[in-house]
Amino acid sequence: MIINGVSIDATFAEAFPMKATRAIITAQNEKWALISAQAMTGFATSVIACGCEGSIERVLAPSETPDGRPGVSVMIFAMGGKGLAKQLETRAGQCVLTSPTAALFAGIDGGIRIPLGKNLRYFGDGFQVSKQISGKRYWRIPVMDGEFLAEATTGQVDAIGGGNFLVLAESQPQALAACEAAIEEMRKIPNVIMPFPGGVVRSGSKVGSKYKTLGASTNDAFCPTLKGMTKTELSPEIESVMEIVIDGLSKEDIEKAMRVGIQAVCDLGAQNGIKRISAGNYGGKLGPFHFHLQEIMA
Amino acid sequence: MSALTFTLKHKPNQRVDMSPLVCNQLIDMDLEAIASITLQSGKCKLRVDEIFTIEGSDTQNIVIKNSIDTLDFIGKDLIGGSISVIGDAGAYLAFGLNAGEIKVTGDVGLYAACEMKKGYLEVSGNAGDFLGAALPGNKMGMKGGTILIKGNVGARAGDHMRRGNILIEGNAGEYCGSRMTAGTIAVMGDTGRHLGYAMRRGTLLLWNNPILSASFNDCGAHTLAFLPILFASFKSLNSRFSDSSISFNRVQRYSGDMSEIGRGEVLVKL
Repeated sequence: MIINGVSIDATFAEAFPMKATRAIITAQNEKWALISAQAMTGFATSVIACGCEGSIERVLAPSETPDGRPGVSVMIFAMGGKGLAKQLETRAGQCVLTSPTAALFAGIDGGIRIPLGKNLRYFGDGFQVSKQISGKRYWRIPVMDGEFLAEATTGQVDAIGGGNFLVLAESQPQALAACEAAIEEMRKIPNVIMPFPGGVVRSGSKVGSKYKTLGASTNDAFCPTLKGMTKTELSPEIESVMEIVIDGLSKEDIEKAMRVGIQAVCDLGAQNGIKRISAGNYGGKLGPFHFHLQEIMA
Repeated sequence: MSALTFTLKHKPNQRVDMSPLVCNQLIDMDLEAIASITLQSGKCKLRVDEIFTIEGSDTQNIVIKNSIDTLDFIGKDLIGGSISVIGDAGAYLAFGLNAGEIKVTGDVGLYAACEMKKGYLEVSGNAGDFLGAALPGNKMGMKGGTILIKGNVGARAGDHMRRGNILIEGNAGEYCGSRMTAGTIAVMGDTGRHLGYAMRRGTLLLWNNPILSASFNDCGAHTLAFLPILFASFKSLNSRFSDSSISFNRVQRYSGDMSEIGRGEVLVKL
């Protein structure tokens, strides 16, 4: 399959089941809602070492938030429910509770309930106040700038992590420009996040390593500087490869995001140095969800 | 299916206990069976058809017409459906209301919605003392749901209240919110003396400045983030509380009652 001169590999991205949650952060203005959200989803690029994968899903207008202030929706993914709850609570406590004017609300109404402000309330040292409004419990925690308002719980749902595609280009700037274009389009799709810095990862990994203690190591088959040293997947003209990893609430959400992302890359086309789109898979050993590139783009 | 309608034929000599006439107790009963139900009235037992004419068949939608203030216990322990009272209601209206909706076009007596658990009560007129309170000797008043009073309420509204909302468009009498454990009472009109007497926790939300006792401490003026959410939850009500122009988030906060644990609050609109 070739789109605008870009070859789409007959391969698939391999993804695995995760648990996910969503929280809504509001603040006095969008600037402070974003600051709080960025802090909360910082160091959340990969479950390999961060404990979770998280990112900003989108910016919310005041009309879309529970308290009518500007807000940001963030999503956090983890391998299990316990880990997810722990990460959510720690990050909410250190990054949102501490952030000036911020308030925190559930972003998923259904699912298994996990604590959001439920345990953070103890920071109030007995001065915290509970309010049950329309069936939802909120905690008002006195803080030095006024009150921190947090919904007691949010929902945890089944999700999928590790959807991905690789952009193979003639140069590093061209690969990055293509990924930026893809991310811009993919951020318009709800229920997905691209957890790596700016949504792009330059250090795609393979499972295992020559070093016994490492579970993952550099994906040497796609490293352009190793073309002459390893069983490479790259043709001579490929000088840079970047990956976009997608976590989503459903297979359909991830497929939709992959489709618009790959399309945005292909729109730049071969004339902008984009040669191929491929994907990371581990022969079906890693996860049960397979995203076939050519089926998605058909 | 039309609403099951009880129209009062004449004023009974004694007060009448209406507690058998609730939706959950009338399921699958025909008009004949309903007519034969007996209601306690003083020392006597009266058949329903002795004092009411009965029409309609929808037992989950009850209408009581020509209602007067000697009909007690209307909607007692209701667990679903709706009851509309055209006229006044006596004491213990919506006593122990568990779910469902009760609406009254006139005034209601003492202990309305006392020990209510869930559901919705709307009164277009005034309410008597001990609205949403606990029975004498009991420690838990209203535990959930919403009460909307479009007129004034008597003394001790929300006494021992534990959860839920009491919304009063008019004035509240003395001891409003006394011994509250939690919940919210909002009063658009004036409030009487001894507001929040011995309240432990909970919120009294006021549009007008109250006469506060010395055991309430001024915590200053604040913009509180939960208030817009609270007002938004009133949007669906047939009330002045649903009017967005009356909502506010800037308040003077008083905490008390300091003679108790003092975790309650009186929020006065600024």
